[in-house]
Amino acid sequence: MINVVIAELRKLRRPTLLLSTLATVTALSGLFTSLVFLRINSGGNTRRGETVTALQLSQENGLMYGFKLVGVFLGLVALCVFASQTAQEYTYGTLRNLLVRQPSRMKILLGKLISMQIFAILMVIFAGAVSIALSYLLAGRAKVSTTKWGTSHALHLLAQTSLNLLIATICYGLLGMILGLLFRSPISAISIGVLWSLILENILGAVISSTMKWLPAANFSNIGEGGSAAASYQHSLVVSALYILGGGAVVAILFKRRDVAN
Amino acid sequence: MKQSAISVTGLTKVYGERKAVDNANFEVPIGSICGFVGPNGSGKTTTIRMLLGLISPTNGTGTVLGEEITEPEKYLPRVGAMIEGPAFYPALSGAENLRVLASLGGFPISRVPELLAKVGLADRGKSKYKTYSLGMKQRLGIAAALLPNPELLILDEPTNGLDPSGIQEIRELLRDLSKAGTTVFVSSHLLSELEMICDHLVMLRLGKVIFTGVTHELLASQEPIIVVKPEYEVDLNKLVKLVQDAGHNVSVIESAVHIKSPPEWAASLNRLAFEAGITLKSISPVLPTLEETFFEMTGADE
Repeated sequence: MINVVIAELRKLRRPTLLLSTLATVTALSGLFTSLVFLRINSGGNTRRGETVTALQLSQENGLMYGFKLVGVFLGLVALCVFASQTAQEYTYGTLRNLLVRQPSRMKILLGKLISMQIFAILMVIFAGAVSIALSYLLAGRAKVSTTKWGTSHALHLLAQTSLNLLIATICYGLLGMILGLLFRSPISAISIGVLWSLILENILGAVISSTMKWLPAANFSNIGEGGSAAASYQHSLVVSALYILGGGAVVAILFKRRDVAN
Repeated sequence: MKQSAISVTGLTKVYGERKAVDNANFEVPIGSICGFVGPNGSGKTTTIRMLLGLISPTNGTGTVLGEEITEPEKYLPRVGAMIEGPAFYPALSGAENLRVLASLGGFPISRVPELLAKVGLADRGKSKYKTYSLGMKQRLGIAAALLPNPELLILDEPTNGLDPSGIQEIRELLRDLSKAGTTVFVSSHLLSELEMICDHLVMLRLGKVIFTGVTHELLASQEPIIVVKPEYEVDLNKLVKLVQDAGHNVSVIESAVHIKSPPEWAASLNRLAFEAGITLKSISPVLPTLEETFFEMTGADE
């Protein structure tokens, strides 16, 4: 198994993928954190036009506003990376090489999963670091006090938010991996995944609001948020786990049994 | 009895209504260079994929290096393979692509530069795979197949895209590997190449094995032919008619008349041609080449 993880990490660390992903994460994290602080007096500095005041930002959870905002986008980046890394084995025809060198298909799948989770951890840490650094940098300009950001409770909240965002990012990534294995084409897997998560779920939720509680991407995002009034954190964890386990089981069976004929 | 590197019995793969491989039975002796030939779509790649555990047979059994093909994890660490052309990650360098596979198989990364040098890619190992020519991609595929220092090497069309000197290098490489004890199972369209290096052959047509055995025995079992070239091409038709009137089968290939007849008829032919006023530039009794035998046996137009 460790051999598969090392081999997969070799692919993931290639500069074009790693640097472009980290650049995207930096840009997104920077953008959303900046918005929170720079638009503090203009209103609508956070999601859905809501306003977070300087007083709120000065609290122990003040560091988390910008970081949390980037959560969905971290998930979508993970979805794209996981989907392309999985589906491209079919389009490049490289799966046959992998299976000749490691005939256990489950080891290949689990090795990919572990390596991509490591990649997701790196993404979240990077996004967090950028957001925190920028928050400190912009706090003075926005007249936000940072004294409470260093308390042990604040650090605990930061760790909790990071973990939630990591779980959400991995859930999105796993959705991408499932779609990649299902469609065996990076373009199809990514477009369907992004279209579903960003547009179709929202349309569905707008038409029948009760469905939002049961849709995958909405629940992944809710984990990143740490839960909401519409759905508790635990509810989202259970629903997400069911989606991931169900989808994962289907594609694992397909991956194990399907002939590799290309 | 000498153990076989590959042995299949009744191997069959059915896709819908079509039998891609139909009840194949053959053996590849250990230490041999065995050619795997057949027209396009005859089931060569499907057979190779079944041997490598990439697709499951519909019926039949087989062993590779003494292990059942249903348990590829038992023998694949000792097998090197290139299937249906090379396939690598375009954004990675040739060397990094090999490192990925070396890591995956648990082989020493230190083998990578050595293998790149062996296939003539030492100076291009750092270049991205997407910048490689077809010949270079093919060489990288062969290097990847050699990663495990294999007991059995399975190559599907290894000389595709290679120039004549590249083909010669691969031929030498396969001979060296065979001398070192590696069994080589190689499919190719270049039958003249296979004839030069293969001591065994497995021939497929429409998914069925139509010959399996020693190459020179196959060629020796073929009817010899007499190849005749008239001094003047205008005499070709006259010569053909002369041979046909004598009751022999004849075909014209590149200004030469190929006659199916015993070699001893060459003297009579020479006399008949002289009497008919045809001067012969050359007359040579020969055994059919593998290519001619292949066409004869498969009826293919390849």
